[in-house]
Amino acid sequence: MTLASIPNIIPALPELFLALIIMALMMLGVFHKTGGKEDVKASRLISLLSVISLLLAILLVSTLSGGRLVTFSNMFVSDTFAVYCKVLVLTGSALAIVLSFGFQERHDMARFEYAILIVFATLGMMMMISANDLISLYVGLELQSLSLYVIAAFQRDDTRSTEAGLKYFVLGAVASGMLLYGASLIYGFTGATNFDQLAELFNPHHGDVSIGVVFGIVFILAGLAFKISAVPFHMWTPDVYEGAPTPVTAFFSVAPKIAALALLIRVMVGPFGGLVEHWQQIVIFISIASMLLGAFAAINQRNIKRLMAYSSIGHVGYALIGLCVGGEAGVRSVLIYLAIYLFMNIGVFACILSMRRDGAMVEGINDLAGMSRTHPMLSMALAIFVFSMAGIPPFAGFFGKLYIFLGAIEAELYGLAVIGVLSSVVAAFYYIRIVQLVYFEEADQPLDKSSGPELGFVITASGLFVAFFFVYPTPVLSAAAAAAAALFAG
Amino acid sequence: MTHFPILSLLTFLPLVGAFFVLTTRGEEKVVTRNARHVALWTSLINFLLSLFIWVNFDTTTADYQFVESAEWMPAFNINYKMGIDGFSMLFVLLATLLTPLCVLASWENVQVRVKEYMISFLVLETFMIGMFCAMDMVVFYIFFEAVLIPMFLIIGVWGGPNRVYASFKFFLYTLLGSVLMLLAIMAMYFDAGTTDILALTSHRFPIDLQIWLWLAFFASFAVKIPMWPVHTWLPDAHVEAPTAGSVVLAAVLLKFGGYGLLRFSLPMFPEASVMFTPLIYTLSVVAIIYTSLVALAQEDMKKLIAYSSVAHMGFVTIGAFTLTVQGIEGSIYQMLAHGVISAALFLIVGVVYDRIHSRNISDYGGLVHKMPAYSLIFMLFMLASVGLPGTAGFVGEFLVLVGVFQVNTWVAALAATGLILGAAYMLYLYRRVIFGALPKESLAAIGDMSLREKAVFAPLIILVIWMGIYPTPFLDVMHVSVEHMIGNIETALQAGQAVTVAGQ
Repeated sequence: MTLASIPNIIPALPELFLALIIMALMMLGVFHKTGGKEDVKASRLISLLSVISLLLAILLVSTLSGGRLVTFSNMFVSDTFAVYCKVLVLTGSALAIVLSFGFQERHDMARFEYAILIVFATLGMMMMISANDLISLYVGLELQSLSLYVIAAFQRDDTRSTEAGLKYFVLGAVASGMLLYGASLIYGFTGATNFDQLAELFNPHHGDVSIGVVFGIVFILAGLAFKISAVPFHMWTPDVYEGAPTPVTAFFSVAPKIAALALLIRVMVGPFGGLVEHWQQIVIFISIASMLLGAFAAINQRNIKRLMAYSSIGHVGYALIGLCVGGEAGVRSVLIYLAIYLFMNIGVFACILSMRRDGAMVEGINDLAGMSRTHPMLSMALAIFVFSMAGIPPFAGFFGKLYIFLGAIEAELYGLAVIGVLSSVVAAFYYIRIVQLVYFEEADQPLDKSSGPELGFVITASGLFVAFFFVYPTPVLSAAAAAAAALFAG
Repeated sequence: MTHFPILSLLTFLPLVGAFFVLTTRGEEKVVTRNARHVALWTSLINFLLSLFIWVNFDTTTADYQFVESAEWMPAFNINYKMGIDGFSMLFVLLATLLTPLCVLASWENVQVRVKEYMISFLVLETFMIGMFCAMDMVVFYIFFEAVLIPMFLIIGVWGGPNRVYASFKFFLYTLLGSVLMLLAIMAMYFDAGTTDILALTSHRFPIDLQIWLWLAFFASFAVKIPMWPVHTWLPDAHVEAPTAGSVVLAAVLLKFGGYGLLRFSLPMFPEASVMFTPLIYTLSVVAIIYTSLVALAQEDMKKLIAYSSVAHMGFVTIGAFTLTVQGIEGSIYQMLAHGVISAALFLIVGVVYDRIHSRNISDYGGLVHKMPAYSLIFMLFMLASVGLPGTAGFVGEFLVLVGVFQVNTWVAALAATGLILGAAYMLYLYRRVIFGALPKESLAAIGDMSLREKAVFAPLIILVIWMGIYPTPFLDVMHVSVEHMIGNIETALQAGQAVTVAGQ
């Protein structure tokens, strides 16, 4: 083996760094003393180290921003789009681990594997984002999914948690199967798996494509729609969100969603960009169905985690409008939306994690009643997040929707835009009901006082982002614009 | 033009006050007292600031004044731009005048969560002023819709027994209207390439697009005004809201719709406006007659005044669409007068509500024996609401009727019946509450108004008489702007006709 045949590892440096860190942390965990207090200590140490290495990975990723780099026989690509999405994913994962600091110890979940699995899943997501080939896409996706199945069932003595894990695994396996089947159809009809080759093949100037390819795209879309929990592949979401431990739900609702949406965008506008008229109507349908279901099905939910599950289905619907729009403007709007969604969602989940009564977690939305009397600052933060999710200005969520709908109007997708804004009014109903419970009602039993410094930190940070995004939105806007431009440059 | 950003200061000063209230800590009593004082002083300073702007306002030009702009979202060519002209100047004054009065009116009757209450009012003031000063559609929309948040909380937290229903209805109704306007704003952005209001006013939209845009804007403004048949949120919201909430709602928030019609619908979509004028006339006349009759049958004082507001706003919409100088000036004047009068009437209901805790007309009677000063003030505002010459209510309604008479005598005749019906329900209300014997035991110990309450009414009394006897200072502010706008609309209509003729 000559030196020249060794692949260029620079574009994949953050991934390699994380992979090495994971192995080191695993060794550390295995050789740490066990039993009682020592387990807690190990898990605390490894969680902390994981957060630090995720932050270091953000730094590493940012240094790669700029040009388009490919490696590993053109299967792995690192461009500004990947950098933007990876920063979001890494931030989401790091915040999710921070959220679980206290929770792990209180709920007998203090095992060092937890943080390591999250980092593992994050590594899979980074691979997905950088995939430039159907095979590397699948490898990344499975690395992510398998880690997620385990984390969902992490509270192994809790039947709901194990049920969630099992359900997620079975349905997720079916979805992965569909995706793989779609990929094999594509390969069978074209003889290529590489995105660049596929893009060249499907160039609109090359005439019609065979029906088999369209079937392949549909299967790939179905598999990915499952991962982003878009209707009609959303059924697992409420159950898994409810059953999984709350910090895990927080993690599920941000990082894997962002990664899968990024992957969906890369696949759809990259290799299949030339076939836009074949898949656009499918995405429009998925988007409308997700927005409507997210709006109407959440109205009757009494469990706040289930409610957030439906809310996230709705948000995916809005993000998909940007994909229907296509082009740089559409992708830019999705990327802005994802950044805002990340902070709103993490913030809400941090508030949910603060809902404890006599030391035990409560999840009914009626348990929020009268919270503003005992927790004024927490209530204000929750109200800001919820108004932001409903898309009420001046909070960040409004701007997310603004850019999405701007794209839709520019592409003359008026029907989609009108359905979108109307379903956002319906969704506003259940969002403001949370505000109603928090502010208008009286508490039967107050919630516990202290919520832990780590939750306070996450709530304050994401609250400030959501509340004051409007003051200076330019950094997010220009970063998203650069990322979207990179996707169309190559 | 670089000068001191006085409009931004005016807009965001209350927010600074709200921040100070938010950060006060310590004993409940101290926090409450501090919150009240900070809110009062902040809003008073803001009022003085707005008076300063009024004094320096140049009434000889139709241009925007005190303009300031800053780059905001350069990638989208959306900028932060503020400025005022003859249309918005007086509304800004109305908002800054009423906020301190609301704070003062809530001094004693709001005892729970005073800190949050004062924060809500200060935040509300910021959004109201910002809405009137905005010179960019997106900035306007943000303030326009953000108002929902503090108002939702004010109705929901400090409201009456049915407050949850009322606050949800208020929130969702208005939101439904405004999201359609948001889409229209975006469509305008892509047609004209900008969201600058000044640039959009001179941009000519294609006629088919105008119709859709006009309808989308109308959906939003009709709910806010509110016009029949989308007015049903208003009586609920008024009845459940605390006194000061009703005051701001009636006096300022209802003006958003009329202001929006004058600022956007008429100058930006002139052809569509002319086309839809019959619709506006019909809905307004129905509103005037129908809601007046409904008001006659009300048992709840606040509900009665709420319905009378819908009727009075009917004059506003009629006047605006006459496209005559008298009609439009009358429409603006009517909004200002209604702002002062309805605010005072809700405060009047609040005074007795604080004492008896009932808004039912049947629980009162013969108050004149115990509360002479109160009866006098009530009479003044009751007559102003009826439109008695010499009060603010007369000037607006008279100008509107003069304007509409030149355009359509039938509409003028039908609208004029509103004056008669208005006199009927207001006088009937007054008789039942104030006159007669004082039979009820619950009223035996009722006391007249305190000095604080009189202080709240003093500026309103001065204004309502001043605006009735010497309206010139107010009309002067708007006159040039109104003429300028009508001139622009006529030019646009003629140009449109020329195109059609040439096409034939």
